[in-house]
Formats: sequence, C-alpha cells, structure tokens
Amino acid sequence: MIDTLRLTAKEANALLTGGELSSDELFAAYRAAIDERDPDLNCFLHVCDESPGAGIPIALKDVIGTKGIPTTAGSKILEGYLPVYDATVTERCQARGLRTIGKTNMDEFAMGSSTENSAFGPTRNPWDPSRVPGGSSGGSTAAVAAGLAPWALGSDTGGSVKQPAALCGVVGLRPTYGTVSRYGIIAFASSLDQVGPVTKTVADCAFLYSVIAGRDPCDTTTVDLPHPVEIPEAEDLRGLRVGVPRELNEAEGIEPGVTESVQAAIELCRELGAEVGECELPRSVEYGLPCYYLIAPSEASSNLARYDGVRFGLRVSPDGIRAMYEETRDEGFGDEPKRRIMLGTYALSAGYYEAYYGQAQKVRTVIRQEFAAALERFDVLVSPTSPTVAFPLGAKTENPLAMYLSDVLAIPPNMAGLPGLSIPCGLSEGLPVGLQLIGPQFSENVLFRAGHALEQALAFDVVPPRLA
Amino acid sequence: MTWEPVIGCEIHVHLKTQTKMFCRCATGFGAPENSSTCPVCLAHPGVLPVPNERAIEWTIKLGLALGCDIAPRAVFHRKNYFYPDNPKGYQISQYDEPLCMSGSFLLPGVGGDTEIGIVRAHLEEDAAKNVHMGGGEGRIHGADRTLVDFNRAGMPLVEIVTQPHLRSSEQTKRFLQLLRQTVRELGISDAEMQEGSMRFDVNVSVRPEGSDELRTRTELKNINSFNFAAQGIEREIQRQIAIYEGGGEVVQETLHFVPGQEHAAPLRSKEEAQDYRYLPEPDLVPIEPPAEMVEQARAELGELPSARIRRLETELDFGLAEGLVTSGRDGLYERTPGDRRAVANVVMNELAAAGLDPTEVNGEELGKLVEARDRIPREAFMKALGASGDGDFKAEDYLGEAVIADESELDPVIERILAANDENVAAYRAGKQGLLGFFVGQVMKETGGKADPKVVNTRLRELLDRS
Ligand SMILES: [Zn+2]
Repeated sequence: MIDTLRLTAKEANALLTGGELSSDELFAAYRAAIDERDPDLNCFLHVCDESPGAGIPIALKDVIGTKGIPTTAGSKILEGYLPVYDATVTERCQARGLRTIGKTNMDEFAMGSSTENSAFGPTRNPWDPSRVPGGSSGGSTAAVAAGLAPWALGSDTGGSVKQPAALCGVVGLRPTYGTVSRYGIIAFASSLDQVGPVTKTVADCAFLYSVIAGRDPCDTTTVDLPHPVEIPEAEDLRGLRVGVPRELNEAEGIEPGVTESVQAAIELCRELGAEVGECELPRSVEYGLPCYYLIAPSEASSNLARYDGVRFGLRVSPDGIRAMYEETRDEGFGDEPKRRIMLGTYALSAGYYEAYYGQAQKVRTVIRQEFAAALERFDVLVSPTSPTVAFPLGAKTENPLAMYLSDVLAIPPNMAGLPGLSIPCGLSEGLPVGLQLIGPQFSENVLFRAGHALEQALAFDVVPPRLA
Repeated sequence: MTWEPVIGCEIHVHLKTQTKMFCRCATGFGAPENSSTCPVCLAHPGVLPVPNERAIEWTIKLGLALGCDIAPRAVFHRKNYFYPDNPKGYQISQYDEPLCMSGSFLLPGVGGDTEIGIVRAHLEEDAAKNVHMGGGEGRIHGADRTLVDFNRAGMPLVEIVTQPHLRSSEQTKRFLQLLRQTVRELGISDAEMQEGSMRFDVNVSVRPEGSDELRTRTELKNINSFNFAAQGIEREIQRQIAIYEGGGEVVQETLHFVPGQEHAAPLRSKEEAQDYRYLPEPDLVPIEPPAEMVEQARAELGELPSARIRRLETELDFGLAEGLVTSGRDGLYERTPGDRRAVANVVMNELAAAGLDPTEVNGEELGKLVEARDRIPREAFMKALGASGDGDFKAEDYLGEAVIADESELDPVIERILAANDENVAAYRAGKQGLLGFFVGQVMKETGGKADPKVVNTRLRELLDRS
C-alpha cells in the first residue's frame, strides 16, 4: 500500500502519469488513510465513497458548495443540506480531473481560529491530538498534514487558511482578494472571503492556485490574473527585497519559540541573497483586528440572514413566522455565529453605522495605504503567521478575545486585500511555526518564489513525528 | 381657512427586461408558481448577484427622461429585514448613492407648466409574493400558513421618488398618468397596473394656503389605479382638513387603500419603525456609467410626452392634447390628415370605443374616413372604423359602397315617398316642419341606409318647398 503521509500532490500525480498507480487505487489509498487516522482527528465531515475524475484526490473545506454532496459550513442549521449546484472552484477542480475525497471540518461558518466552533466536534492537530489544528480551515490543514489528502482547499477571511496551515506545519495561501471566485462559497464576510490552497509544498500550492484562480462571470468582484501563475524553481532570493515590519514581529503575545524560528528564517533570507530591512506598520497592526471585528461581523449578520427556515436547512416550526425565525436560528446557530450576528447587527444599526462600520471602512483605507507604502520599498514582508504554536483544546474557548488574538498577525494584510503565504519554518516545543510572507496585490508569483527557495533551504519535515 | 394639499409620490415600475435583475431567470407574468427560479433568486448558500446591464441602461434612460443627473458612481446597498418574501434576508437596492438624482419633470397644465421635482430614481430587485392561506384579510397575522411564490423575487424594479410638489388629487392623477406614458414610450416597462408592473404610494399632508410649512403626512400604500389614487388622496385631504378644523392633530401613519371603503385602513405594517441596517453590497462593485454612454442615451431620447402635449395644445385644446398623449393615441392623431379637432375627436372617442389599437391603424386611410364622417350614415362610419385596424383596410372600399349622394339616383326615391305620403306632405307644407325627419327616415329605409343624409336633407327641402 502506498504511503500517503509524505506524498506531495506533484508526486501523486507523477504516480498516475507514470502508470504506477491508477486514479482509483490512489483514491483508495487516501480513503484507507482516512479510515485509519480520521476517527482520532475528525478532519472530515463527509467522506466520498466515489468521485468522478481521472486525477488525484482533493479535500474541500465544507464551506465550498458541492452539488449533491452534503455541505454544512460546520453548522447545524445546514445539517443534511445538499447543494443544487457546484461552486466555481469545485467545477474548476473537477475540470482538471481532481476528485473530491471529502468535505473538511471547520469552525461554524468559518468563524473561529481553532475548529472548535464546529457543530460537529473539533478537529485535532496531527502533531498533537490534544491540541487544536487552528482554524477555521483546521479540517483541511490537518487532513493534508496527516496524509489524508494530497492537498485541500480552505477559505480565508481573517487568517483561516494561513493560521491553521502554520499550526499544522503545511503550506497555505490566502490569495489576493478578487483572484479566486467566491461563487458557491458559503459567505461569511463577503469583502474578505477568499478560497486558498492548502498543500505540503509551495510548488503544489502554486499549481493548485493556477487551477482555481481567474475571473468568473458569476462573481463580479473577480478579475483575470495580470500574469500567469509560475511554478517556482529558483532556490535563491537574489535581488529580492525582504521587509521585516517591526509591529508584526514584535507584537505582544508572540511566543519566544515562534520569534526564534522566524528570526532564523529571516537570517536565512539574507543568506539566500535577499536584501533584508526593517519597516513599520503601526496603524495596521494596532487597528487591523478591531477593524476586522467590525467589518466581518457586520457583513456576516447580513449574509447569515438567509438561514431562516423558509427554503432549506433546519426549520423549527412552532406557531407563527416570528417564532419560526427565532427558534430556527436559536437552535441552528452556535454561540460564535450568534455573537457575531449580534455584533454586526449592532454595528450597522441606525445611529451607529458611521461610528462603527463607516469608521472601520475608513481605517481599512488607512491600512491599505500603509501596506502600499511599505511594499514600495520591499517586495515581500515577513512575520510569524500566528503568535503561538498550536494550543491545547479548550484553552481559549471561554475567552473569545484571546481566540481572536490568534489572528492578530494574519488579519492586517487581509484588510488590505493582499495575498499572504504561510510556510512552515521550524518547530517550537515540537510544534510547527509558520512564516507569513506578504506581497502586493497579484504578487503570488513572488511569494511562491520566495516561499519555495526558503522551503528548500529550511528542509522542514512536514510529517508529524508521531505519525511517521 | 383655505387649505392647500401637499402631495408627493413614490412610484415603482417593473422593467420589462428578459431576465431578472441579478440572475438569468426569465421575467414575465403567468408562469406556474416557483417555475422561474434558480439558486440565486432563491438565495441558496454561496450564490452571488450579477447585475443585469440592460436594467442599468434603462434606469439611466428613465433618469434622463426625468431630467435627473446620472451619478458617475452609483452603489448598490443591502436593505436588511426578515420576511418570507425576502429570501436573502436583505433586498439589494440603492441607498445614498442612487443612479439618478435631482430631476425635474414638466407637468403641463391649463394654466401653464408645473415643475415636479424628482428626488431620485434608483434600481432594486422586487420581493417574492406571499400568499397567506386561511385566517382573515389575507394578512400574515392570523393566517394558517403562508405560501411563497419566488417568480417575482429579483425582478428589476425602478423606484422614483418625487418632491412634495403636487397640490391636488386631480393634478397628482394627471402626473401619474403622464409619468406612466413616459415610461411606456421609453420602452422599458409595460407599466400595467393590473399586472402590478406599476404601483405607487402617495404621501399626503395639508397646510393653510400661503404657508410653506410641512405638516405631518400620511402615506397611502398599494394604489393600483389612477382613479383610486385620486379618490384616496381626495378623501385623505378632506379627512386631514376635518381633523385640523376640529382642533385635532394628524397622526403619522401608513394607510392601506381599500377601494369603495369610506376610510383607508391603517396598515399593520412590517415596516413600523424598521431599521434596515443598510450596508454597501460587498458582492457588487460600484456602477460607473461611462459618460459617452449617458450622452448617447440622452441624444436618443426624442420628444417627451410632456413636450408633445404642449405642441399639440397649439392646434387643439389642452384637455384633448393631454388625453391623446397620456392615452398613447397621439401618434395616430399625428399620422392622420384632416381637420385637427375632428381627427382628435375620432381618435380619442370613437376609435377608443371601438377598442382598436391605435398603432395598427393607417393614418392616411383614417383621414379619409374622418373627412367623410358627416357625409355618410353613422352605421356605415362605425363599420368602417371598426375595420380600420385591419392591415389591408382601404377607406374607399367602405365609402364608395356606402354612400348614395347622386341626386339623379336619390330624386326618384324621394319623389316616390312624397307621392305615397301626401297627407304628411300636406301637413308639412301647412307648417309642420318637424315632419322632415320622417321623410329622411323613409328615404334611408328605402335606400338601406346608404343615402347621404346631407344630400337627402337638401333635396327633401327643395322638393317639399317647391310647390
Ligand atoms: Zn433566478
């Protein structure tokens, strides 16, 4: 039997094209890995027994619509819901022969940073099952880390691909806003949501990005890529200007072990020929998180209004329309969506709009300008992806604010619509540390090039030792 | 004290695009319930709106016809509220950055033009249709259950808001009629009130004549006919005057107009002090109409109905000119040669009574018919008129056969009748002039109605008076 733990997507594909394995055999190998390891990890909410296609498998976050395959966004309110159409990214994967192997666990409606907010139980970190995988795409990142899929798609609103990728020791990309279609993605915060690849290598990440990116007539906020995606090959960083934003690297709460690994990676950049310098993003880091927690819940409060029990999903149906709404939503939504719906409803209320949502939009412009200025001097900015390594289950569930701070470093570039790549750059206390690389809009090729060169030099072993 | 009404309108017009506003479902009435739906207009998880460009173009066209400024950048907003007819939980509408703003609509009148200010015209999507089963009054409260038909959900809808510049129920009715005709002529909507493709709400308040204060207003909703609008407004004006004269205060409320009912019923509304929590629609980019496109649309506008009324008024009286234009009959009037007033009367009255579509009538041929109207028997005229909408209608086919105007043909008939009725002839000659009608009738009977009554009259007099 094939060992899926170490197999990259590129290698898996080579097995197929080389005729060593059939697509069905490969699919079966991953199914076997799921059967063996997923009962402990709970990466999947739904596993497919069969799936059309002649290529390699892919796992899709359960926020991605798959026609006829249950799609719940980790919520009870959509339990048993079968989409009647495929998301654009689903279609694009299928068009390339990729076979959906299952739908991965997530924080309900992508709201969370640990996957503990799933209505269907938390996912556990393959590096240490007593710890969280991060979130909200924790099911996708844990599945790739545990060899349950060669690659996966997640979605990133406020760090939901980058942060769990860091905590699970895999590669995750949050693409430039507008490069990947949101059509068929269950909306959380529309002006921030973006689907991104979760892979074992940067080259796989670049390839999967090339599959899903590009304008979609069904999503008018998408654009064509200004340049084709390049699969990275260069092993040095000569000519690259790497900026180290002080606030992103010295923020309160960053664990010393994380700083150590990231500092070593920055040193490595220099050794690989990059020109490294310091820069500042004072307002982005100070206001990024509060600004996010006004804009994202505001949009969410509106996006989640359609779960009303009228047309699909859960319906609790006592007397009267108002009671139906209230009880359906009370029973269907977990605490975190409720919290954010309330926050957002409040922030959009008459008399508060200007002070909250309106003000946050203005701050967002300031953040965009601050990043733009820094990115005039540098090609890439680097920082830890997450201030901490994977934390124990339950450690932050009682304190939403502590949980929110888990994304304090990942959120600022998202507010500016910028792409961010997280690659594993070392271990702290035996757990993976993620390095965040940020570039200007549409600079994915630069991020891939830098990430790939670092990845080669770092030679990080993506297989969790306990599974090896 | 004399009271002055202060009236403003909000008009909703369905655009007759082929497809809905944000999805590709077909529009149109009469399709089986929920057959014209898709994931987008049913608000399934993950769907996104794609704006109908035709609807945007048409709204710009309408805005130009209303004298509005076209915004260089317009934004769609979400209007959030829970109701079963609102599948997303928000309606995509426009809020503080609509497509069309600050217009002025010229309403011609007997005493001159009145400028009716247009606050804005914006584009939005319609809601679904709730059907409340059981319970009373077809309202959601007390209904046993509610069924929803989503065919209408997402139909493109333009909302036009006027300034409170109207001063009487009659003027408001005339404004609404002219606005409707303007919309129809732009080719962007059928504006059929019966089908609900045009509906309006009216705000009414009154104030002492000469004052410029704005007193508390009430809103009349769900009006779907011009006569109901006039009736409802008039009744509301009188009600408010009576309240003020009785020393009371008008309460701000929304009234549901029920035709024939003495007073409009206060509406138990889903909108009582609603906070719609507007937010810019993040799924859509702002609309930025290119200046060339707007200028081209402006150039293509043509003569607007209000200007046409003014032009036609120079050859007719105001009432006829306005009637022709607002009923969409002025085109035929202009195509038809002949005495202007006679043509206008035939087009406005007889042709309308015959139920003919004016666009199908050949003006040249109708002109011949109008010219002959007083010469030929009425039945013959009506018969010809009834056929005038046929593609191959020729007036002469009816006129040639219809009229015996030749004296040499009529004289023998007349003489025969006079000879057979010598008593009546004697009575006539003795002064009973009223008997002329009797003789005319006899001649018509004898000729099967084909005799030219003018000629018959003249000849009868001449023959009777001769001896
Ligand atoms: Zn539709």
